[in-house]
Amino acid sequence: MSFEVAGHCLLNDVSFHLERGPLTVILGANGAGKSLLLKICHGLLSPTRGEVSWQSTSRVRVRNSQAMVFQRPVLLRRSVAANIDYVLRLHGMAKPERNQRIDACLQLAGLSHLRRRSARVLSGGEQQKLALARAWAVRPEIVYLDEPTANIDPAATLFVENLIGQFSRNGVKVVLTTHDLAQARRLADEVLFLHQGRLLEQSPARQFFDGPENPLARAFIHEDLFC
Amino acid sequence: MQDLGGVLQTALKLMLELDDSLLEIIVLSLRVSLTATLLAAVVGFVLGAMLAVWRFPGRGAILVLLNSLMGLPPVVVGLMVYLLLSRSGPLGGFGLLFSESAMIIAQWLLVTPLIAALTRQIVADLMLEYREQLLSLGSSRWTMLQTLLWEGRFSLLTVMLAGFGRAISEVGAVLIVGGNIMHHTRVMTTAIALETSKGNLTIALALGMVLITLACMVNAAVAFYKAYAERLYG
Repeated sequence: MSFEVAGHCLLNDVSFHLERGPLTVILGANGAGKSLLLKICHGLLSPTRGEVSWQSTSRVRVRNSQAMVFQRPVLLRRSVAANIDYVLRLHGMAKPERNQRIDACLQLAGLSHLRRRSARVLSGGEQQKLALARAWAVRPEIVYLDEPTANIDPAATLFVENLIGQFSRNGVKVVLTTHDLAQARRLADEVLFLHQGRLLEQSPARQFFDGPENPLARAFIHEDLFC
Repeated sequence: MQDLGGVLQTALKLMLELDDSLLEIIVLSLRVSLTATLLAAVVGFVLGAMLAVWRFPGRGAILVLLNSLMGLPPVVVGLMVYLLLSRSGPLGGFGLLFSESAMIIAQWLLVTPLIAALTRQIVADLMLEYREQLLSLGSSRWTMLQTLLWEGRFSLLTVMLAGFGRAISEVGAVLIVGGNIMHHTRVMTTAIALETSKGNLTIALALGMVLITLACMVNAAVAFYKAYAERLYG
């Protein structure tokens, strides 16, 4: 697929296949098109050329089986618990089940003690944990994470990375973007390397970090790639 | 006419004494303007949010019209409502002319475009922040509209205040459709107009100060609640 805006090609003939299972990291420098690619996969934007196709043929099923966490999570101006309740109501869950699910999600994210606190007054790290808990609440098959730790401190980063690992171990397909090599090394099972809107390499993480085939990917790993 | 000190003294005296006829005028003014503002909010919030969330052919023209209607001259609105409600008008059968309801209708017509236009701007700004997240969570357009109105509730309180300000300070429309009938349709602004025409400028100014005080009290109450709620919800 390709994506153009006002004659500028932001994604150029990107083609790849995602398998259920391995945690996929989309790696690349700022402006490579990582977030854009994620939004297209999630259906928030439509590619100018090409298409995204899923195993399921039902669009509703595809949408309901996906969740996305943004770099700067947008939380609703209501309590922590109500933020999760909102998405569960959208998915048509009954109240008793919703309450159980909210408890489970808050516990998972370590936010049970903040359930009545307004979401907008939480710290950056807590907000990101809540965004992850909200994504987890709908039991997605795929979760897209757009640089989920870009704006949080190291302690919160560690917690969030553990949470992401837990998602993956529970059978959720995680697709994460980052420009942080160390984070990619810690989390990735598979790497897609994106550079200036082109997909230059897709390979298993070990293979990518030990000996990338593409010279630009090699330069990126050795931190001497200047866009 | 008295000097400013004398006017202030008369205004203070009027407020402290608060005789039955003044109280009646104040209560009617508040009842008419608050009712008109609340009804205008019901329509204006939904209309404004729809114009922000939905894209459809002719939307641009509607926005231009709506923005133009914000500056509707009250006298023209009064005249239109008068023609509609007069005995020979299409709604004459309801017998609403020179009644509280007629004044509410006139103020509602004046305030609705203002509330709708300001709401559209607020919801459009919220859309920039929330749109992708709400779509990602699975919101339909209708749910998005409801959510954005709720998210913007504190800003919308200010919009309601602007609407209330327009309604309570308006004189032309209520004078035409209400008739300024004592114990029936006399409100603060029409009372001020009457006292001015009679040459009782001190009383007129004092009534004006009572009106300003009332408006300030309503604004202060809303501002206090807004500040408290924003601290609580972020």
